Amino acid sequence: MEGIGDSGLASKSDYMKFVVSFHHMMVDKKLTLAYEGEVTQDITKAFTAMTEKNLEKVEEDGKIKKKVYHVMVECLQNIAKHADDDKDTASDKLEDGLSKTGIFIIGSDEKEYFITSGNGILNENIPALREMIDNINSLDADGLKELHKFKMRENAISSKGGAGLGFIDIARKTGNPLEYHFEPIDGRSSFFLLKSRISRVKEEQQ
Amino acid sequence: MEPLIIAKKDDTPEIHLDAAAGKFEFSGKSLPEDVSTFYAPVFEWIKNFSATASGEPVFVFKMTYFNTASSKIILDILMRLEEMKNAGKEVSVEWHYGEDDEDMKEAGEEYSEIVEVPFKFVEG
Repeated sequence: MEGIGDSGLASKSDYMKFVVSFHHMMVDKKLTLAYEGEVTQDITKAFTAMTEKNLEKVEEDGKIKKKVYHVMVECLQNIAKHADDDKDTASDKLEDGLSKTGIFIIGSDEKEYFITSGNGILNENIPALREMIDNINSLDADGLKELHKFKMRENAISSKGGAGLGFIDIARKTGNPLEYHFEPIDGRSSFFLLKSRISRVKEEQQ
Repeated sequence: MEPLIIAKKDDTPEIHLDAAAGKFEFSGKSLPEDVSTFYAPVFEWIKNFSATASGEPVFVFKMTYFNTASSKIILDILMRLEEMKNAGKEVSVEWHYGEDDEDMKEAGEEYSEIVEVPFKFVEG
């Protein structure tokens, strides 16, 4: 078997080459964090703390830091709470701590921060999610405010917190539409990708 | 009535509810994984308090961050205060927001539009 952990000389150098190209890819795409694995509350706390420190180092504007923090928490908790994950490691029980597989990527250029999250979703759940995001993207600031108030008041919410409020919050905080993609995995499920963009240009400069 | 005091953590706020001292305060960050379990004692405390409340209690919110799941719970807390007010108690809210934190100010304004409880806004 060739691959990671193989001690054969040829595959070892293949692996090192892969690491080099992976490194180049991260630098090219200006990614500061790329993660694939279990998303839990501890991961959420660790990633947000790390990013907060990084943004302090580059003396990022306080408002922008808060927006990045908001979007990160909602994206990561969204995976932990709502991803459809049937692996043995997945946990949907609050008393055991939530855990779902997903990916999380954050990067930035001089214009914006971009945060991408990805997780499995059952195909039967796609139409409702697509409709929810398209509806959010069709609304202006006032429309989003009204929808936010309506969703907060809505009582039919699970103890994990309702999906939807998080997407509305991301759209309001970023002022940008939510970019998404469903990549088919098999007949049963797909991979849901969500990209949020936070402008680094201060409002008064726009 | 026993006070309810919860120390702050990375992902949960400090809560100080003390009827005898006249202090009713929530401060810090709120992004617990399980909002219902974390806030259950708060609802229990407010339920008992509303039966015996006297004077003009001011509920102070000095939150620096809360996630959307917590935003729903905060609305639930404010709705309990609204019930108290409807029952004739002089309850009010003091909503603090950081200097320049427009989003936190707006969140408070939005709550004040939903619940019929007097809000006072304090910057800094």
